[in-house]
Amino acid sequence: MSLLSVTNLHAGYGQMTILKGVDMTLDAGEIGVIVGPNGAGKSTMLKAIFGMLNISEGSVGFDGADITGIRSEKLAAHKIAFVPQEANVFPSLTVHENLEMGAYSRRDAYGAVLDSVYEIFPDLKDKRGQPAGELSGGQRQMVAFGRALMIEPKLILLDEPTAGLSPLFMSVIFDRVIAINKTGVTVAMVEQNAKQALAIAHKGFVLANGRNSYTGTGNELLANPDVARSFLGG
Amino acid sequence: MNELVFFVDNGLIAGLIIGAIYALGAIGVTLIFGILRFAHFAHGDMMTMGAFISLIIASLLQAAGVHGPFALVFIGMFPAMVITAAIAIGLDRIFYKPLRQAGARPIVLVMASLGVTLMLQGVLRLFGGVSARNMFIDRPKSIFQFHLPGANRPIVLTEPQIILFVFTAVTVFALHYFLTRTRLGKAMRAVSDNPDLARITGISTEHVVWATWIIGGALACAAGTLLSMDVALKPDLSWNILLPIFAATIVGGIGQPYGAIAGGFLVGLCESLSVFNWAILLRPIKPYLWFDIPSSLALVPTEYKLMVPFLILIIVLIYRPTGIFKGRVL
Repeated sequence: MSLLSVTNLHAGYGQMTILKGVDMTLDAGEIGVIVGPNGAGKSTMLKAIFGMLNISEGSVGFDGADITGIRSEKLAAHKIAFVPQEANVFPSLTVHENLEMGAYSRRDAYGAVLDSVYEIFPDLKDKRGQPAGELSGGQRQMVAFGRALMIEPKLILLDEPTAGLSPLFMSVIFDRVIAINKTGVTVAMVEQNAKQALAIAHKGFVLANGRNSYTGTGNELLANPDVARSFLGG
Repeated sequence: MNELVFFVDNGLIAGLIIGAIYALGAIGVTLIFGILRFAHFAHGDMMTMGAFISLIIASLLQAAGVHGPFALVFIGMFPAMVITAAIAIGLDRIFYKPLRQAGARPIVLVMASLGVTLMLQGVLRLFGGVSARNMFIDRPKSIFQFHLPGANRPIVLTEPQIILFVFTAVTVFALHYFLTRTRLGKAMRAVSDNPDLARITGISTEHVVWATWIIGGALACAAGTLLSMDVALKPDLSWNILLPIFAATIVGGIGQPYGAIAGGFLVGLCESLSVFNWAILLRPIKPYLWFDIPSSLALVPTEYKLMVPFLILIIVLIYRPTGIFKGRVL
């Protein structure tokens, strides 16, 4: 039984359909990476799963429930968290307050989760009293990850977490993604840096023009000469 | 020394009084802008309405034979704050929420709030008439005089002025505590920072909108009541006060509650100091001056007081459009 199953998904912005029948399944504990050229519908896919777009056809199943079309604000209750690519922190709130906001939908005590987030991101502990808007891009990305982890998600959706970061920080971020995944969180990630991302992926999904063009394990896709030529820059 | 006392009375205290009123109003305007993204023009009339409700409750208390250590209207102000907050939520439900849900642009909401302003003014005049009313219905307001050594004029503070200072100070601390220590207060700042992220984080926008109207409505009621206690309750109170409140909001940085407080006092002091007759302060050193002191040396004649906030507004918009506390740019 897969944790996330996206079937024949059609979705887009307003009248414009971007996704024209995409499938994707992830088992619990996997890292799934979505790659593909610009405009292929990668980010659209995450947004559609996370209830930010209108789904015209197809379904999204999660953990035995049908979550097709459920709006974002309700999905925290289903233990799904989303980290947007841009504007993913509350700039005037401190790092600590950003993490607290992540736990807004929780009614129980979350001190232990907070500690574990600070354990995964020790840098944040030093900067806990600093407004998140004053941090560097990489640090902000960690605040965004931390915020998303506060609901103890079963599935975390990451939209291009390394966009705009230096190569050094990029490997730090991939490192953290692996660390998060090791704690049992399933990860669905969209990435521009396809090679590095597929290297840590259990499953890879190559999208083109709103459709699946290749699907396989990360290594299979990396080894596939067609994928390499078309999407990974040779 | 007498001249200094005159300056404290007519320059500083007058400025701080009106500044505190502006600050209380501007907190609401800036929070509403931060959360709901529109300039709420009906805020001035929510103040007048709040003052009327306080007066009505005070009259009811008087009829019931209640006596208290404070003026009845001040006691009545607290239930009136609750009622005004409830009305603010009601107005949002009826007029603003449907527009928000229909995805109306902010300017449409601004126009709607202008409509609400006219409506409230009409309703207030219909039931309250147009005459000025004294808020102290049970007893005259107390006046406190403080004598400084070497001065035969006292520094004068009236009961409503002292109440206003204490109330404003308590409000500022309470607001700070609310915004930085409570879950809902932090959520309000989060929504103001980034509404989309707040939504996907699972923050209830509905709760935050409610909190905004409760704070904005309650403080508008308090500001209107306290201002009317200091002078008198008039149904056109709001028109003269709306512009300075918006000036204070923009000077402080739109969406910044602390900026609104600072902006309120800044605009208030600028207003009172520009209509202050500076000739009085020059009189003691008259023998040393090479020119005759004119009888009036105010920067702005009193009748043109309203141009001061306009001027401040224009200067800020030209040289620092984000305001003192780096708010949003309109």
